[in-house]
Amino acid sequence: MAHGPQGDAAHTHHPHQQHHFFSMAQQYEASVLGMWVFLVTEVMFFGGMFMAYLVYRTAYPQAWVESSHELNVYLGAANTLVLICSSLTMVLAVRSAQVGSKVGQIVNLILTILLGSTFLVIKYFEYAAKFEHHLVPGPSFRTDLPFGSQLFFSLYFCLTGVHALHMVVGIGLMLVMLVLAIRGRFTPDYYNQIEISGLYWHFVDIVWIFLFPLLYLVGFHYTGA
Amino acid sequence: MSSPDSSSHHHIASVGTYVAVWAALVFFTLLTVFVASKDFGELNTAVALAIAITKASMVVLIFMGLRHNTPLTKMVAVSGFLWVLILFGIGMSDYLTRAWMGVPGR
Repeated sequence: MAHGPQGDAAHTHHPHQQHHFFSMAQQYEASVLGMWVFLVTEVMFFGGMFMAYLVYRTAYPQAWVESSHELNVYLGAANTLVLICSSLTMVLAVRSAQVGSKVGQIVNLILTILLGSTFLVIKYFEYAAKFEHHLVPGPSFRTDLPFGSQLFFSLYFCLTGVHALHMVVGIGLMLVMLVLAIRGRFTPDYYNQIEISGLYWHFVDIVWIFLFPLLYLVGFHYTGA
Repeated sequence: MSSPDSSSHHHIASVGTYVAVWAALVFFTLLTVFVASKDFGELNTAVALAIAITKASMVVLIFMGLRHNTPLTKMVAVSGFLWVLILFGIGMSDYLTRAWMGVPGR
């Protein structure tokens, strides 16, 4: 395979094509595949915590319902909508790179960063309320909740905390993409970095899509206490 | 890998497609909150998870564009979710069956 479809590939390839790739398309697919391999490790990383959730929810179902009832469904739902909007602006930023719109990339990346930050601000107010309401596991935890409720809130802080950490990393990633976009780094020929950063952002959105019903909605129907 | 031509190697979805997916995700979010306000007993979690899996599938296939990637990438992506299901399956086959035979210590 000395000669690629572009003639002698070793001499006439695209400036952004690295030598060990056969073509720009192969380089693109390798980037996407590599990102997906990383995301699979992320799925397994969160999977361990979801496994713990499953074991303890099975063991203490009533604690789960009554603890979940203490969470603010409306703030959780608002954050779900914020992340869904940020996924839309993210995908539009990638599309802007595909069609060569620099303004589109910049505007959508800024919106993505702002929406991601909005998520964290709402999360901050939720965490603050948990401290005020004695719902943080430890000696001052409320005593009127069923046994096992501290496990629910341990997992709540663990899962949402690690998710929030991923949001912080994602926002950092988007700031880097914003700088690259402003410098005109992404063209319809080559936009692998913004594409795979988008994959990461959407993955973090997917984690929240599962966290929201599993944490906030378990006790939403609960009335008796 | 797929066709090795240099440029124009990707499908570009329309803005309308993305906005339609966004609208569907908003709809399913409102739906899952509404449904959770009712009590379906044992079905509560099944309904919530069915909606969550539908939403996640839309994000993976359209926002992440997995439907346009190579079979290898698709297989890797699916393997992640497959392995996490194996984790849950084997994990729970332990925890759910411990009480069956009066194993000491449990």
